[in-house]
Amino acid sequence: MQNIETTVELPAAPSFGARLSGNIKAFLDGDVFYSFKRSPVTIIAFVVTMILFFCAIFAPWVAPYDTYNIAGLNLMDAFRPPAWVAGGDATFLLGTDDQGRDVLSAIIFGLRISLMVGFLGVLIAAVVGTILGLISGYFGGWIDALIMRIADVQLTFPAILIALMIDGIAGAVLGRAAHAESKLAVLVIAIAASLWVNFARTVRGSTLVEKNKEYVQAARVIGIHPILIMYRHVLPNVMGPVLVIATLSLAIAIITEATLSFLGVGVPVTNPSLGTLIRIGNDFLFSGEWWMTIFPGVALVILVLAVNLLGDWLRDALNPKLR
Amino acid sequence: MTRPGLLLASAALMALTAATADAQDKVFRYSTTGDILGLDPHNNNEGPTNTMKSNIYGRLIHRLPDLSLEPDLATEWERTDDTTWIFTLREGVTFHNGNPFTADDVVYSFERQSQESSDMAFAISSIESVNAIDDYTVEIKTKAPDPTLLLNMPNFYIVDKEFMDENDAFEVIAGAGLQNFANANANGTGPFRIVEWVQDNRVVLEPFEDWWGQDERTDNIDQAIFTPIGNDATRVAALLSGEIDAMYPVPLQDIPRLEGEPDVTVLQGPELRTIFFGFDHHRDELLDMPGSGENPFKDVRVREAFAHAIDKEGIKRVVMRGAATPTGLMVAPGINGFQEDMNEPYPFDPERAQELLAEAGYPDGFPVTFDCPNDRYVNDEAICTAMVAMLERIGIDVTLNAQTKSLHFNKIRDHDTSFFMLGWTPGSYDAHNPLQNLMTTEAPGSGAWNSGRYSNPEVEELSVQISQTVDEEARNELIREAFRIHKEDVGHIPLHQQALAWGVRADTVEEVIQRPFNDIDLRYVTLK
Amino acid sequence: MIDFIAQRMIQAVFVMLVVALISFSLFQFVGDPINNMVGQEATEAQREALREQLGLNDPIPIQFVKWVGNAMQGEFGISYRMGKPVDQLIAERLPATLELVFLSAILALAIGVPMGVYTGLNRYSWLSRVFLTISLIGISLPTFLIGIILILTFGVWLGWLPTFGRGGTVDLGGWQTSFLTLQGWSHIIMPAFTLALFQLTLIMRLVRAEMLEVLRTDYIKFARARGLKQRSINFGHALKNTLVPVITIMGLQIGALLAFSIITETVFQWPGMGLLIIQAIQFVDIPIMSSYLVLVALFFVLINLTVDLLYYAVDPRLRIERPGPAH
Repeated sequence: MQNIETTVELPAAPSFGARLSGNIKAFLDGDVFYSFKRSPVTIIAFVVTMILFFCAIFAPWVAPYDTYNIAGLNLMDAFRPPAWVAGGDATFLLGTDDQGRDVLSAIIFGLRISLMVGFLGVLIAAVVGTILGLISGYFGGWIDALIMRIADVQLTFPAILIALMIDGIAGAVLGRAAHAESKLAVLVIAIAASLWVNFARTVRGSTLVEKNKEYVQAARVIGIHPILIMYRHVLPNVMGPVLVIATLSLAIAIITEATLSFLGVGVPVTNPSLGTLIRIGNDFLFSGEWWMTIFPGVALVILVLAVNLLGDWLRDALNPKLR
Repeated sequence: MTRPGLLLASAALMALTAATADAQDKVFRYSTTGDILGLDPHNNNEGPTNTMKSNIYGRLIHRLPDLSLEPDLATEWERTDDTTWIFTLREGVTFHNGNPFTADDVVYSFERQSQESSDMAFAISSIESVNAIDDYTVEIKTKAPDPTLLLNMPNFYIVDKEFMDENDAFEVIAGAGLQNFANANANGTGPFRIVEWVQDNRVVLEPFEDWWGQDERTDNIDQAIFTPIGNDATRVAALLSGEIDAMYPVPLQDIPRLEGEPDVTVLQGPELRTIFFGFDHHRDELLDMPGSGENPFKDVRVREAFAHAIDKEGIKRVVMRGAATPTGLMVAPGINGFQEDMNEPYPFDPERAQELLAEAGYPDGFPVTFDCPNDRYVNDEAICTAMVAMLERIGIDVTLNAQTKSLHFNKIRDHDTSFFMLGWTPGSYDAHNPLQNLMTTEAPGSGAWNSGRYSNPEVEELSVQISQTVDEEARNELIREAFRIHKEDVGHIPLHQQALAWGVRADTVEEVIQRPFNDIDLRYVTLK
Repeated sequence: MIDFIAQRMIQAVFVMLVVALISFSLFQFVGDPINNMVGQEATEAQREALREQLGLNDPIPIQFVKWVGNAMQGEFGISYRMGKPVDQLIAERLPATLELVFLSAILALAIGVPMGVYTGLNRYSWLSRVFLTISLIGISLPTFLIGIILILTFGVWLGWLPTFGRGGTVDLGGWQTSFLTLQGWSHIIMPAFTLALFQLTLIMRLVRAEMLEVLRTDYIKFARARGLKQRSINFGHALKNTLVPVITIMGLQIGALLAFSIITETVFQWPGMGLLIIQAIQFVDIPIMSSYLVLVALFFVLINLTVDLLYYAVDPRLRIERPGPAH
């Protein structure tokens, strides 16, 4: 999974001094948006992603029941099948789980946790990775060597392993109870720690290219501060690849979170994420209560698929060679 | 490979697998949720672990599946006065390594098992001394007249003095899963010997050919392989596909499905284990309320509020799918000292619970961490999750800490808990056992699993009296009194007795005798 | 060339040293090893004696040097939980995981490369679309979900394959192998496929992208112009050129396979390193955790060194110039 930066191509350098916002606007107006319009699959993926994001963000209003409010659960509602199955109940569209949780609401709230963890993790990874990549590429020398060797070490350990280790160590250092409360933070950090390298390496590559362009050389000569140069001239040019990596990383982050929850080291069962729901439902697969695991599973796959499709499209759209 | 090709190949593969399995001896493969905690017989007082020990180690007296007692390493015994017993030992018995069994081994085992760090010390805590009269006679003196001595003898495991001394393994090192020589190696006189134990993977046993009871063996297996499979679905799948011959517990939701399978039988029956919840009665400040200087659980009203908050019928009907008996006592029907008329559970009454909390000064509740195992009892994690909902409803802010059994047991054993779940089957099938282990702290050998350190002077006193009263009626009155006080104190909240559900392959297994302890004793397994 | 290899070697050593440092600091900062080794009842004198005996009173740099020295001889101490030497525990479990990872890598290559080539050559055929759709779903399905679905389908509904464990293994001088009996194969095929699926889709997509790119290059056009057979162009020229990135990715992905084997092993109760490490993490069994880290890093470094050497075999251009960043 660490390799995604290798297949990302740099976009053609935009005009001199393009600002960040202008840059994004430019590619929305330009070829990229055109390719978006031409790809129905991408449009569907985009719409699906937006719907899922919307549901997650506005979960308390969208979900029929508040599954966060665990006091509101009623055991007597447990194991209801989906509404269209015999014995189903229209008040629980996708049925209920073993605790009487409405599966649809649990999925929506689970999406919220999965997306929140994924987003924050990727955001931190992107910011840290981009900054380290800029520094590495711009200054070169020993600091570059240091950062890149750390990245090498990091690449040795896949996301899931790093996340597991960080989680385990946090458990030991914080103590079990405190750990339960800081679980989400630990997950976010673990995921960020496992993803930053992709950003750092790509940004470094782009920075190396930009650094030697004449306009940057010129800016240096007239004594503009390196931070300003990086911010105004280099950063906008690496935003494309960073966006692609961020999208693909989001898919990885969501899967990582789900996997950790499935292994039982993720979020606590009282606030289930999609992975937790699948883990619990898994116990009921043979007994016929398939809806408890199938629906969260489908939701997870749809989410990751949509995000992946968007990422794929972005990569192709930003890669001039494939057009 | 093309798809049809792949299918063909796998079909051929299966045919061959089946053939190789048939060609082998009678191998009994069985499984449960978690691995044994260790092989040290004087450690780890836990159901599946104890059963594994009793396959391997001899005791003076053995308990039959119907709970009656029969001679094992002792052939006969008599009481010579109130506190003295003479046990005549079986001659010609050898340990698995060939060492002869003598009275010295009994004396040594007593010394080893009665160490403070031994988790099994409770079973012999009434014993003052064990003396070897000659090679095959021992004299056991109790501290006071002990009505339950014989009942406890099946929990007194005999080890080989010579073998233990050679390996410097006298000391019992407490802690589940933590390995040391005695925990990793076994040398007993039991009907089976350990071939290998690969932790978390398998325990392989074979019949001990020189077992003293070889001529009357009730099993017919050539090899037994125990495999822990934590995942319920995987365990069911393994039974359905015939990879294992027996497993327990059958997840409650899968019972109907397994019953519908022609080659699988589900054995069900009542279990003598009581599942209960305990509070921290000891600390002056609750672990979850640092700086407050308060421990709400010291107030009986708070404990009562918890008792009223739990919908035991709901848990029974939904989480346990009917396979549980809600209970109001710390012992199950069938245990000596069970009081039918006192078994009424605390009524489910959330409003009353809230009133009680308000009276105690916690109208808005308080935070507490709830310690639970997630691979020990039937649906333990689901029960605890349901409990969280019920407690949240009366305003308690519960953090659920559900973890694997050895971590859970280590944690609560160290009293590092405020509110916890535990299950208990009295090893002696007598009410004094839970009084001693769970409900008192003071008498020697007591309180091993009294993780919340509940201690009421009256109960402490009664417990000592019960242990020394021989007259059954008087003893029963004392037990009633102790249970009454404990119930009034809400010392613990008994939840239910779970039902046993074992899944057995009908095509390979002739018979497995189900015992009210939820585990498989290999000597009662016969294969086809 | 020697220059290049030397540079790679130095890098590898550096990586290993950093990993060693991380592993070592796990020991230093997470939990007190003494507490984990003796009972709570141990006296202060006993603790001090053990401390001295384990060399925990030495200055930290000296401890580190000693630790690295021991690690190089395969000594990682005693597992806190299992009480056995870690190297022995790992030696018991390693074959299971290595075989699983090995078979998965083979499956991923053997299925992924042809699928990639096909979709690259026949960009618009319906089969390509099917492959691409499958690959997208494959990349979006978490490993554990694939495992569950496979167990349900082949283990329970169809009853063709066993659902857990390794089954019949043959002892080859201490190495337990699944590959010599049909029973062994029947046990390994499902977990191996589960593990392979993600890599398979990755490789397929990669090969496809490379093929598309290579087929557009001038030298393929020249080859066509020279009248070479389409077949020989596709496989002799184009495919050969896609191999470099595939090898790179595969090298990187072996690490991922090792990590994902944690999940696969949990789902299938496969008695390998993954099951060992996940339990070790639960119990904060530092000796196992740290040696696992070192081991994974070692595999990674060795495989990537091999990959670097393979470059020379596959891509003649690299014999002259150094490989730049990816491509």
